[in-house]
Amino acid sequence: MRRRDFIKSAAIGLGGLLIPADKSDASMWERFFQKYFREMTSEEKKTVAKKLEKDYQDKTGVAINVRTTDSQPGVKFGYGLDLSRCIGCRRCIYACVTENNLSRKPQVQYITVLEFKNGEKWVSDLEESRKYYNHELVPEPGHFYMPVQCQQCANPPCVKVCPTKATWREPDGIVAIDYDWCIGCRYCMAACPYGARKFNWAEPTVPPDQFNPNTHYLGNRPKAKGHVEKCTFCIQRTRENPGKYPACVEICPVGARKFGNLLDPESEVSRCIETKRVFRLKEELNTNPSFFYFFS
Amino acid sequence: MIEFIKDLLRHIIKGNKLYYTWLSVLVLVITAGAIAYFRQLDEGLIVTNMRDQVSWGFYISNFTFFVGVAAAAVMLVIPSYIYHFKPIKEIVLFGEMIAVMAVIMCILLVVVDMGKPFHAWHIMMTPNFPSSLLVWDVIVLNGYLIINMSAVTYVLYRAAHGKEYKMSIMWPIVLLSIPWAFSIHTVTAFLYNGLSSRPFWNASIVAPRFIASALCSGPALMIIVFQIARKVSEVDISNEAIQKIAELIAYAMGLNLFLYAAEIFKEFYSHSIHLAPMDYLFFGLEKGGEHHNVLVPFTWIALFCNVTAFILFLMPKMRHKFTTMNLACVMILVGVYIEKGMGLIVPGFIPDTLGEIYDYLPSATELIVTAGIWAVGALIYTLMIKTAIPIYKGELSLIPKEQRRKIPAH
Repeated sequence: MRRRDFIKSAAIGLGGLLIPADKSDASMWERFFQKYFREMTSEEKKTVAKKLEKDYQDKTGVAINVRTTDSQPGVKFGYGLDLSRCIGCRRCIYACVTENNLSRKPQVQYITVLEFKNGEKWVSDLEESRKYYNHELVPEPGHFYMPVQCQQCANPPCVKVCPTKATWREPDGIVAIDYDWCIGCRYCMAACPYGARKFNWAEPTVPPDQFNPNTHYLGNRPKAKGHVEKCTFCIQRTRENPGKYPACVEICPVGARKFGNLLDPESEVSRCIETKRVFRLKEELNTNPSFFYFFS
Repeated sequence: MIEFIKDLLRHIIKGNKLYYTWLSVLVLVITAGAIAYFRQLDEGLIVTNMRDQVSWGFYISNFTFFVGVAAAAVMLVIPSYIYHFKPIKEIVLFGEMIAVMAVIMCILLVVVDMGKPFHAWHIMMTPNFPSSLLVWDVIVLNGYLIINMSAVTYVLYRAAHGKEYKMSIMWPIVLLSIPWAFSIHTVTAFLYNGLSSRPFWNASIVAPRFIASALCSGPALMIIVFQIARKVSEVDISNEAIQKIAELIAYAMGLNLFLYAAEIFKEFYSHSIHLAPMDYLFFGLEKGGEHHNVLVPFTWIALFCNVTAFILFLMPKMRHKFTTMNLACVMILVGVYIEKGMGLIVPGFIPDTLGEIYDYLPSATELIVTAGIWAVGALIYTLMIKTAIPIYKGELSLIPKEQRRKIPAH
């Protein structure tokens, strides 16, 4: 660390019992005392979103649009994953990174694809999983793949333990995080049985020309260091009207990923539950995920 | 009052070369810790070795250990107030000051672990109570700090007036502090215990073991601190009191080892897939052709220390000899520090929930920041006894100077 940086950070630290960053204008104070998302009126949400858009423009030079679309009545999102189709290509991981403006350095990824050898024990503690497989071609013969991401539990352990209520379950079933309300204690990461929650250990970086400008307050808006984030079923896509599939569903080359409204019996995901024998990950923990695995 | 503060400052700056060396070392370590922490604030927690796989590490390990130390005072409060055991009664104050020190250290250790410490006030705005055990922990730790600080302040305030404290005022504080001390343990144990995602923590033996091991480490630290205090200052701490504490440690360690054995038996005999964290501690785990065993030496050192210390404490001959007793105390501190620190927190994350094994050892930043917090604790304690001893001796008093001679020294 250079000396100037050191002096700067020392000054931030010393003067910093209240000052959160190295800018000291009025908007910074407003950001610092920004309210909890769930306690904002829809007017306040709009004002804060506008402010964020300006902030992001100043910071990244990209015009980023922050929406605060509410969940729609009569919708409970559900996800289906066909394990017999997945080839372990990891395209979903990178589509997700691009769509959700995830940090490239250090890398943050919402999806983990696990590789298992045929016949090995795998379901419960996943202890024989390989995460860092690196083959010329996938699928590797004699192996199968299981992608894991936030399971959007109906009984989410992360929500139960969060000390500030910075994470909660929305009416449409998405477990959301107010990034600005999270204090970075990481209790939710200890509580999550699916390794779905990711922490920003350093300031996230996204090349300005690769920013996805269509964002949601609870979704893919630019992140900061020191808070937790995770998959939101692409809230910025799925909540719009007309809605779009999550990026991972759209990119999957083999159609292993299904998505839809659990309350609509004709939706793709409802049909999968109806016609396939589905299971959910770590069912013994009673988390009741909205994420269903099956073999077609 | 101004006279009192002047006198107090005079007492604090009065000291020999050793005292000044001690203070300089502490200030030096605190400065190093602060510098390392500012760097962490600037660059993020990436400067630690914690990652998504092992998301809590050295800070939370130390936090857990010091929650144990904080309850030490209660070990003294029970026999002194309830059974009126005189030799211990006189040193309760020093035990309570250890509690104050330890709780302050706990709070600092949690703060340095947070990604956004400046936003900690959000807990007060929207506390997730009673659902989140972390909110419970904030309440019980701060409450414990207030209780012990009031007890210490009250006793010293009375002493500064040349009077004994009134039992009518002390009783409610004592009656509150006993269950409260157990609560800081139980709540901190439940914090880990309640997570079904982590089989290593999700065992009902965790809370009882917390209490048992805390009743070893806290008093062991007290025995050592008391001996140093009576050597470098003119405070009176009787051998009888120290022997009584040593006896209590022997029982507590016996209980701790029994509970530990019960846990080891259950895990190794049933040999389910949830043995992995315990296996990692004692023998290391094999995965993908790699052997992961960074905690193995520490686990065995801890076990060796705890068992040896227990044997030493069990034999009255060894316990009564100061050299062997001190050796046993140091061993207990080392043993419990490993067992209730890294040995409890890290294996909770190994293997992680998706089966990955990430070998965690603290980074230089984590070590330096933690050392800084230890030094803050030591400095606080030094200044506290530097204030308390002259008050007890009647050298520092709130009574006006001209009236002082009429009242017999405390």
